[in-house]
Amino acid sequence: MATQTVSNLMADLKDGKFVFTGELEPEKTTTLEHALEAARKLKGYVVACNVTDNPQSFAYISSLAASYLIQQKVEMEVIYQITCRDRNRIALFSDLLGAGALGIKNVLALTGDHPTLGDTPQAKPVFDLDSVQLLYLIRKMVDEGKDLNDNPIESPPQFFVGAGANPNADPIEPELIKCAKKVQAGAQFFQTQVVFDLDIAKNFLKETSRYNVPVLIGIFPLRSYGVAEYFDKNVPGVKVPEELLEALKKAKKTPDKKERKQKYNEINLNYFANFIKELKKTTSAAGCHVMSVGYESIIPSLAEMVK
Amino acid sequence: MIITQQKPLEEILKMLEPFSKVFIIGCGTCSTVCQTGGEEQVEQMAETLKKEGKEVTGSVVVEAPCDARLLRRDTRKMKKAIEESEALLCMTCGAGVQDIVQHLKKISVPALNTKFLGQIERIGEFYERCRACGECILYETGGICPIVRCPKGMMNGPCGGMFEGKCEVGGYQRDCAWVLIYNRLKELGMLDLYKSYKPPRDNSQLNIQPREIVLVKTRR
Ligand code: SF4
Ligand code: SF4
Repeated sequence: MATQTVSNLMADLKDGKFVFTGELEPEKTTTLEHALEAARKLKGYVVACNVTDNPQSFAYISSLAASYLIQQKVEMEVIYQITCRDRNRIALFSDLLGAGALGIKNVLALTGDHPTLGDTPQAKPVFDLDSVQLLYLIRKMVDEGKDLNDNPIESPPQFFVGAGANPNADPIEPELIKCAKKVQAGAQFFQTQVVFDLDIAKNFLKETSRYNVPVLIGIFPLRSYGVAEYFDKNVPGVKVPEELLEALKKAKKTPDKKERKQKYNEINLNYFANFIKELKKTTSAAGCHVMSVGYESIIPSLAEMVK
Repeated sequence: MIITQQKPLEEILKMLEPFSKVFIIGCGTCSTVCQTGGEEQVEQMAETLKKEGKEVTGSVVVEAPCDARLLRRDTRKMKKAIEESEALLCMTCGAGVQDIVQHLKKISVPALNTKFLGQIERIGEFYERCRACGECILYETGGICPIVRCPKGMMNGPCGGMFEGKCEVGGYQRDCAWVLIYNRLKELGMLDLYKSYKPPRDNSQLNIQPREIVLVKTRR
C-alpha cells in the first residue's frame, strides 16, 4: 500500500491531528455560487471538503467538475465523492483517471443512494460495482498502476482513499464486517454517517479501532428547529437527542430573528463542543466530518471551542 | 415459475382494434398456475371478446407454449380455426408469445405482462426470486439471492440505506437482502462466506445477448 503522503488531509491524519472536514453540496448549477461561498467560509477551519456526488440521487452538477472548480477557485482541498450508482466500471475508472489528471488528491468511494430516492426515479440504476469493489479498483489503480484487467496506466493517479461507514446501522454486525472488508480492500480513512449519540460513536470507534484506520465521525449541527425536526422524522436510523430537540424547540419561540439565531448557535455550540471534546478525550476518533450544508457559519466557533 | 399478470382490458382491446376474428392461446403451465392463461381465463376472455363484438374462431390451452414441440402438437388440430383468425391473442408469457410468433406466423397480441421469475406463496402472492443471471451464487449467500433481492445488487454486505433490517428502496417495507444473508450464514455457521471479499461479477458472457444454449444444433 502506498505510504507516500499525497494530500493535506492525509498529512494531518498521519500527524495525529484531530481534523475537521466539511461538506459541499453543489446542486443544479454551472456557477457553483453557493458551494464556492460555503467553501470560502470553511477555508482555514477544515482541512478538506467533501464534494457530494448527486446526493440522495438528486441530479446535480458532476462532483468531479465541481471538485476541480472548488480546488481551483477557492484553493480548498477536496474529497471527491464518487458513487457506483450512475457509472459502470469503465466510467468509474475513467472518471478516476480524470480526477488524477485534475489534481484531486482525496477520493471517497461510496455505493450511492438508489435512484428511487431522488428527483429522477425513472433512471436506470447502474451499481456495476459496490463500494468495496470500488475501493479495490481505486487501490489497484494507485498501488499497481493497473485497471481491473491488469492493463497498465501511464502515470497512475495518487489518491488518499476513503470509505463511508454507518455507526447507526441496526443490526451493526454486518456493517462492522463490511468495514473490515473495506479496510482489506484498501480504505485509508473512514467518514461516518451522522451520529448524535455519543455511545453509538464510542461503540463504533471501539469496534473499528483494531483496523488502525482513522475514523472521522459525522456530525450535523442543526441550523433551526425545523431542520432538526425534519432530520429526526425523515432520516431513518438517526435520532436527534430529546434534550437537543427540546432546546431548539424552545429557541424557536424567540421572536427576534437575530436573537433566535444566536440561541440556535449557542445550543449547537454547547452540544457539539461537548460531543467533540468527549470524542477527543475518550476515543480514538481521528476527527469530525461536519455536514453543515447551509450552516457553515457555525464551524469557526466550534473549531475554536474544541481546540 | 414465470409470473404473469393480465394487461388492462382496454389495452388488449386497443391492440385488437383492427381485427375482428381472434384466436386465443393459453398456457397450461406457468400462466395456468398464475391464473392468467389457464382454461378458465381463456374461456372468460373468449366471452369478453364476444361481448366486445369480436368473433372468436377458437381457443386452445397449449401445455407449454414456450416449447416449440408442445406448441406444434397442441395447435395441430386447431389449424383451421387459427388460419381463419386475423390475430392470435396470447395469454402466455413473453417467451410463449415469441414462440407462437415464430411458429404460427400470425399477428400475435400479448394479453399478459410478464413480471418476473418468482416464487408463489399462494395465488395472488408472488415474489421475484431469480434474475436468471447466468452464474448462480446462491451457495455463497446462504440461498438468498442478492442480485434480485438487493436493488443495488450489492456483493459485499448491506449499503448505508439499510435501517432496522429493512431496505431504503420501497420505503423500508422489504427486508434488506444482506441482513437476511448475514443472518442465514450466521445460523449455518458459514459466516466466512460473508467475510470474504466478492470481486466484481464477470458480465462478459451475459453481455452477449440474447443468451443461447445450443448443445446439439438442429437443422432448420
Ligand atoms: S444468483 Fe440469483 S439471479 Fe443468479 S441464477 Fe442464482 S438466484 Fe438467479
Ligand atoms: S438496504 Fe440492503 S437490500 Fe436495500 S439496497 Fe441496501 S444492501 Fe441492498
